[in-house]
Amino acid sequence: MQKRDNVTAYLFLSPWLVGLFAITIGPMIASLYLAFTDYNLIEAPAWVGLENFTRMLSDERLHNSLRVTFTYVFVSVPLQLAIALLLAVVLDRGVRGMAFYRSVFYLPSLLGSSVAIAILWRQVFGTEGLLNQVLALVGVEGKGWISDPSTALGTLVVLNVWTFGSPMVIFLAGLRQVPTMYYEAAAVDGAGPLRRFFGITLPLLTPIIFFNLVLQIIHAFQSFTQAFVVSGGSGGPSDSTMFFTLYLYDRGFGNFDMGYASAMAWFLLVVIAIFTGVNFLVSKYWVFYEN
Amino acid sequence: MRIDLRPRTLLIHVALIATALVMLYPLIWMVVSSLRPGNEIFREPGLLVKDLQIENYRAGWNALTEPFTRYLLNSAVVVLGSIVGNLVSCSMAAYAFARLEFSGKKIWFAIMLLSIMLPIHVVIVPQYILFSQAGWINTFLPLIVPKLLATDAFFVFLMVQFIRGIPRELDEAATIDGCGRAGIFLRVILPLMVPALATTTIFTFIWTWNDFFGQLIYLTDPHMYTVPVALRSFVDATSSSSWGSMFAMSVVSLVPVFLAFLLGQRFLVKGIATTGIK
Repeated sequence: MQKRDNVTAYLFLSPWLVGLFAITIGPMIASLYLAFTDYNLIEAPAWVGLENFTRMLSDERLHNSLRVTFTYVFVSVPLQLAIALLLAVVLDRGVRGMAFYRSVFYLPSLLGSSVAIAILWRQVFGTEGLLNQVLALVGVEGKGWISDPSTALGTLVVLNVWTFGSPMVIFLAGLRQVPTMYYEAAAVDGAGPLRRFFGITLPLLTPIIFFNLVLQIIHAFQSFTQAFVVSGGSGGPSDSTMFFTLYLYDRGFGNFDMGYASAMAWFLLVVIAIFTGVNFLVSKYWVFYEN
Repeated sequence: MRIDLRPRTLLIHVALIATALVMLYPLIWMVVSSLRPGNEIFREPGLLVKDLQIENYRAGWNALTEPFTRYLLNSAVVVLGSIVGNLVSCSMAAYAFARLEFSGKKIWFAIMLLSIMLPIHVVIVPQYILFSQAGWINTFLPLIVPKLLATDAFFVFLMVQFIRGIPRELDEAATIDGCGRAGIFLRVILPLMVPALATTTIFTFIWTWNDFFGQLIYLTDPHMYTVPVALRSFVDATSSSSWGSMFAMSVVSLVPVFLAFLLGQRFLVKGIATTGIK
């Protein structure tokens, strides 16, 4: 065994350790405490026990924000991953110009979280926006996609799906690990392309699908910028794009209801942890590890 | 070279090009629209420019409290500070995790991995209180100091993965030549991990440049606005007549990201492939 060098190691770790305690763990404990208080930043926090949590139980806007967030997560993530997988499989078949296509498809994932793209989305899906202008060319009358509560969330789902490039790149890296001899053997046995996809590619790719799924779900639960900018900071129309994170921001930094915001933050953490945990548990039944 | 003209291959290319066009059309259209008279945004879905002009850029540049130069500079300061912070602090932590033996290593490593997944919302309220008591609101410190303390643990993980791939024999050779731990880190590991440092630089650049939540919360004084916060205040202040200048400034804000993408593609793709990030 290698000799230990505790002193050197902890010196190297010291910036990270200071950050961990001062900027992560310390504030986590503080926010857990604040979750049980009434605190407006000016007066000292007042202990209120479980009040913030019982308030959450009867807060209709909060229930709505949960519905909006769940819809967003469970519609946009599967769609995004399905498209990412489809295109990765197509590109992996040795299409000429593969690197070019990969770059083009990847670009939106780098831009997607910016305010500029949210502004573009506001225009494209607006009443006189690009989409309706194009629809008018083919004689279809559009509507205000963002100002209509029934479609506003849909425009944000489209935006998330638009950033399928990064999971696609991860899929591509995974596909490259699939040994070609499997395909050759299957071809000798007379398996067609569909059979090869479902019999070989998909099972061998399940660990990567799982990985992408966990990552994108965690990420989607925390979406903020796009809903905030597209709705002009309101989560509207009629709260239809009021993500949980937007409501949290509104409570905490709009109304300085820091106790309630902290309780909400911990609730979000628990929700994400549960979904990640369930994901891991269920993965035993569908994720296939070669060794 | 023979061109493959089988119908199947052609079909695939047609489908791929169509997908790429649909994806990129709004972006291209935004750039084109920013170069046309402002009112055409609402009636010209095509890409032809009859009357090329930069009026939108001139108007947008001076539409807010400060000229846009100010916001670009503010963003540049935050980005630069974040890059330096991440490079120094994350590489140090990564070296310890990848190469040194110390008590508690497994636990610290697990905590580091967990912290990558932590939603920022769980810590943002107390962080805000902490930084406001330090008098740091409307300074760039709340955005830069955490990076100097390796809170972007994701990059620690990326670098650990990379250092593990560097042969240990090199460390041993350096030890025989009389190098201490710090010497090995500075003279052997750092020069060899340049690709990981490049990936970190580019991702930090793009993420910090795009970051909105933190900048929105800590920067409320218009003089301190960064590009995203300035853009969003544009949305609030805007009537439909200034869409042209808003598009122009949006394009300006996307240019640095686009350049980073062009220059750093190789590192980005590699970075995602080895660690699987956004």
